[in-house]
Amino acid sequence: MRNKIFCVSLHPKYKKMLLHKWLTTFGRYVILMGRTFSVPERMRMFWKQYVKEMAQLGVDSIGIVLLISFFIGAVICIQMKVNIQSPWMPRWVAGYTTREIMLLEFSSSIMCLILAGKVGSNIASELGTMRVTQQIDALDIMGINSACHLILPKILGLLTIMPFLVIFSSAMGIVGAYATAYIGHIMAADDLTLGLQHSFIPWFMWMSIIKSQFFAFIISSVPAYCGYSVEGGSVEVGKASTDAVVTSSVLILFSDVFLTQLLS
Amino acid sequence: MIEVKHLYKAFGEKEVLKDINTVFENGKTNLIIGQSGSGKTVLMKNLVGLLDPTSGQVLYDGRDFVAMSKKEKVFMRREMGMIFQSAALFDSLTVLENVMFPLDMFSNMNLRERQQRAMDCLDRVNLVGAEKKFPGEISGGMQKRVAIARAIVMNPKYLFCDEPNSGLDPKTSLVIDDLLHSITQEFQITTIINTHDMNSVMGIGENIIFIYEGQKEWQGVSSEIMGSTNHRLTDFIFASDLLKEMRAAITSQKPMG
Repeated sequence: MRNKIFCVSLHPKYKKMLLHKWLTTFGRYVILMGRTFSVPERMRMFWKQYVKEMAQLGVDSIGIVLLISFFIGAVICIQMKVNIQSPWMPRWVAGYTTREIMLLEFSSSIMCLILAGKVGSNIASELGTMRVTQQIDALDIMGINSACHLILPKILGLLTIMPFLVIFSSAMGIVGAYATAYIGHIMAADDLTLGLQHSFIPWFMWMSIIKSQFFAFIISSVPAYCGYSVEGGSVEVGKASTDAVVTSSVLILFSDVFLTQLLS
Repeated sequence: MIEVKHLYKAFGEKEVLKDINTVFENGKTNLIIGQSGSGKTVLMKNLVGLLDPTSGQVLYDGRDFVAMSKKEKVFMRREMGMIFQSAALFDSLTVLENVMFPLDMFSNMNLRERQQRAMDCLDRVNLVGAEKKFPGEISGGMQKRVAIARAIVMNPKYLFCDEPNSGLDPKTSLVIDDLLHSITQEFQITTIINTHDMNSVMGIGENIIFIYEGQKEWQGVSSEIMGSTNHRLTDFIFASDLLKEMRAAITSQKPMG
């Protein structure tokens, strides 16, 4: 009903304008990606940038990923033990559900949502500042494909490092769960081990990594577009940074639904 | 030499450049002057290809830049150097790395040769000793000099400067002007400077083009400005009372009171 009212209230002219704006933005994004995925002018410089981006976007994110994963793993385990487990259920159920949640959703989707905030705003603000201070123009004047030089190493760097972040996140979540057993004495460590090992399907690990690759592309390319296409000054850079985080988060959530359906 | 023929540029309905015809000569400091919003920066952006003109030709030693393919433009741009209003140095690179950057991208020199060439250019702009600093750690004037060193490191045939003196004190502006002038003569390059700094106009203006509301209003040399009868030019040049007084003194051949 609410949708119906919304549709009636929105004038067709504005609907058309909105559609035109979305299509224009999408078209510009595709054109930018076309420029980005070209052969770098100088491979030596590309490798240098690629390694730098892997360190800046990936390695520098390991700390926050481990910290959040540890506590989320611990909290999920406590919640499962306290709220789900009952005398009617096997004792390993808390460990089993913790593993499944960490592996299937947290280590890929939720972790990527967190990274969209950290990495996405970093990329958008860096490129946006380069745009408004004419550093991108300087590259263009030199005859360098600025999109390829700046964006390609970021995308490939994040795609390369993402599987490691997923694996570290899953592992740290399990460590967090064990911490509840050994430090918090919420449950017996043997029960937790039994649950973690119960009906393990290795494909879930691959599924998590495959999903994270799609998310890594979204996290790096969408903020890159937002930052690269900034026009104006510091206010616009800030806006681009916010847009980058919001848009990439929404796209991750949407694509998560499709990818989960596709890969399950 | 850069020749501009019947250049028009419009943004939607608004015509910003109207029928610009001019020649920027080799080995001279060519100045584009005009009020803010007159179209100077748009003209420069059209010259270097950051904007595409609506119509017209930009001929670099007879080669039409507008009609070139993207690939040809990329090669053509390697003959250009540009100094931006904000210097546009790469924040993440040191001064030396900034100057070396074009060499890293396009030259086949080894690391030692590239460093030596970059150091020679830094020496040319009196910046030896600052090579390990980052752009954020040096003054505005030094940043402009680094930008000049980066622009000349590839031995460009054409040098573009967009308001190189903006935000600088008069003394540093003179240093930058002298540097640009001497580099132009030393390397016999075609230098185009976009400015509204009157010290630059009077000091190094060997070929001055005055743009008014998107049209070329006047062209000449600095010595001709004082006696110009173009009221739009004189209104622009002698906007301050001090300059008006100077002009009155010069035209009446009386010492200033």
